[in-house]
Amino acid sequence: MTKNWPDNQLPVIARFDVRYRNYLAPDGAITRPPPAFASDIDLLVSLYRAMVLVRAFDLKAVALQRTGRLGTYAVSLGQEAVAVGVASAMRGEDVLLPSYRDNAALIWRGVKLEEILLFWGGDERGNHFSGPVHDFPACIPVGSQAPHAAGVAYAFKLRREPRVAVCLFGDGATSKGDVYEAMNFAGVHKLPVVFVVTNNQWAISVPLRLQTASETLAQKAIAAGFIGEQVDGNDVVAMHAATTEAIAAARDGRGPRLIEAVTYRLGDHTTADDAARYRPPEEVQARWKNEPIGRLRAYLAGCNAWDKTKEEQLVAECQTRIAAAVERYLVTGPRAPETMFDHLYATLPPVYAAQRRDVEENR
Amino acid sequence: MSQVTLLEALNMALARAMTDDAGVVVLGEDVGVNGGVFRATVGLQQRFGPERVLDTPLAELLISGLCVGMASQGLRPVGEIQFMGFVYPCIDQLVNHASRLRNRTQGRLSCPMVLRVPHGGGIRAPEHHSESTEAMLAHIPGLRVVIPSSPEHAYGLLLAAIRDPDPVVFLEPTRIYRAAKGEVDDDGVALPLDAAFVLREGRDVTLISWGAMVRETLAAADALDTEGISAEVIDLATLKPFDENTVLASVAHTGRCVIVHEAARTGGFGGEIAALIAERGLTSLLAPIARVTGYDTVMPLLRLEQHYIPSVDRIVAAGRAACRFN
Ligand SMILES: Cc1ncc(C[n+]2csc(CCOP(=O)(O)OP(=O)(O)O)c2C)c(N)n1
Repeated sequence: MTKNWPDNQLPVIARFDVRYRNYLAPDGAITRPPPAFASDIDLLVSLYRAMVLVRAFDLKAVALQRTGRLGTYAVSLGQEAVAVGVASAMRGEDVLLPSYRDNAALIWRGVKLEEILLFWGGDERGNHFSGPVHDFPACIPVGSQAPHAAGVAYAFKLRREPRVAVCLFGDGATSKGDVYEAMNFAGVHKLPVVFVVTNNQWAISVPLRLQTASETLAQKAIAAGFIGEQVDGNDVVAMHAATTEAIAAARDGRGPRLIEAVTYRLGDHTTADDAARYRPPEEVQARWKNEPIGRLRAYLAGCNAWDKTKEEQLVAECQTRIAAAVERYLVTGPRAPETMFDHLYATLPPVYAAQRRDVEENR
Repeated sequence: MSQVTLLEALNMALARAMTDDAGVVVLGEDVGVNGGVFRATVGLQQRFGPERVLDTPLAELLISGLCVGMASQGLRPVGEIQFMGFVYPCIDQLVNHASRLRNRTQGRLSCPMVLRVPHGGGIRAPEHHSESTEAMLAHIPGLRVVIPSSPEHAYGLLLAAIRDPDPVVFLEPTRIYRAAKGEVDDDGVALPLDAAFVLREGRDVTLISWGAMVRETLAAADALDTEGISAEVIDLATLKPFDENTVLASVAHTGRCVIVHEAARTGGFGGEIAALIAERGLTSLLAPIARVTGYDTVMPLLRLEQHYIPSVDRIVAAGRAACRFN
């Protein structure tokens, strides 16, 4: 006779935790003892400056798009702390694999503002970074950069190089097989890679609850066999701390990690989108009080490290830098159309010479 | 009858199909509340509810695979992929499942699904948004690949695709989504699949094209006309299987043929048409078959895309050269 065995008497064979990290409250108050680097005010100021710069840059890029001088563009309004926190935790020799909304990380890594404008202005030369030559260009097919990150990390491991691949993607991307496949492999081989999912709550018009039924995105790491952590993505101190730790672990051979940066997309998805179609303005309004820049400014002011004069100076500096970059972008002459063949292969197969000539003659 | 854009015609066809058949389900990224990134599905979720117009997670392989499963159970799923550059995760499902479910099960199961995919460039879109890799899809046995060139065709062919008992990839020419306007009667009448349309009759040269390029091809025919060259224009409309008889009959009549497509030249669908004519129409040819195509390069970003897409001038030059050949 089989007896009915209640489920709750079956043994539990595994339990998992997902931790949440935050140091700064929305008003700039300290919520828990911050990591040691937080006493380095110069570092915090540089993080602050980077966030202010990208916000101003985004504003200018949208203005250029609206006047027909740039193609479709994606702002990172409200999520500046994620890319800045992540990039600032990397070393130059690490490799960044960004998504299209991560300009702040590119800029931190040394990509020129005019290069970013060129790319979004529809000119491939923008991806020829004069800066970090080994970094990937912004990835557009969502999530398809995650397997590259695993491959990059595998190369580091194979050659025993103490370098780390850092891969950014959005919450929507976690629905793609690409991301699961990459995390799975990275877990199996304990690869030096840090995956960062910017959970800004929306994938164009699709809210997180239609993307996943899981409570956090961080826990997706658990199935791949490594630590996933949720971080307040509007707290740049927490982002920098979490990424620094994850990168250190990866560099040390302790394998990959997933960081879920919880933030909010305050702007439209891109300049081709109108978020008002699917998102109530009250929701967006309410999220403004969590945004990352005011929070760090308040903290720095509380430390007497920031004031109105410094702010005005910074805004002016950003404007000057951006204006100069826009000027360089706008005066960049067009590419000759036949150059579309120039970087197709290391050496253009001679059979395509006729096609190249054809472009030249038809221009 | 009213003047509508190609996009509006697609929306009308979807609404009509959903009204007529409760098994029609629309699914994809942003197709619900937002009405699709191009607005092809606007208003459908309000009308038919979120169970029949569903916003999926961001996962193209899932969208195409769900369609296979739904279709196998008698639903008529219409999946939407946002841009052609993102259709590649679907290829596994299309090649290995959608296109051969009927054959694998010897007719026990079938796959009456439609996958709608925007096609081609010329809309100043970002990287990966302007591809035209229809030949890759047309290579898959068991599939239908259909592409309209006007609002009327969009309405009638989409209805036909949804009603078709087999899987159809329905390519949508983004460049003329809003640029093409026409009278469309919402009468629920489908156009035939697997049939080319002779859009203009002519004596001297046959111009064959499909999708957005049909517009440049028609303009080229007008220009050739002013030079005293009478061009016949064929809109292939269904690439897989394509209407061989219409093509052969036209070339038999004119003796000259120019094939126009936006996709890269090598392995492009133009090669297939040329091969057909070489096999079965060679003796009627008075000049070599010419192809006016995109180049064997990556589709350039927006600054150069107009140099990649065949221009009216390039088509005219090819038509003229074919007629001067002797
Ligand atoms: C594979 C793929 N499918 C569709 C798209 C079109 N698309 C661009 S962004 C986007 C939403 C992405 O959402 P998420 O990953 O959350 O990143 P976010 O835009 O919010 O930063 C979609 C569907 C794409 N770029 N790539």
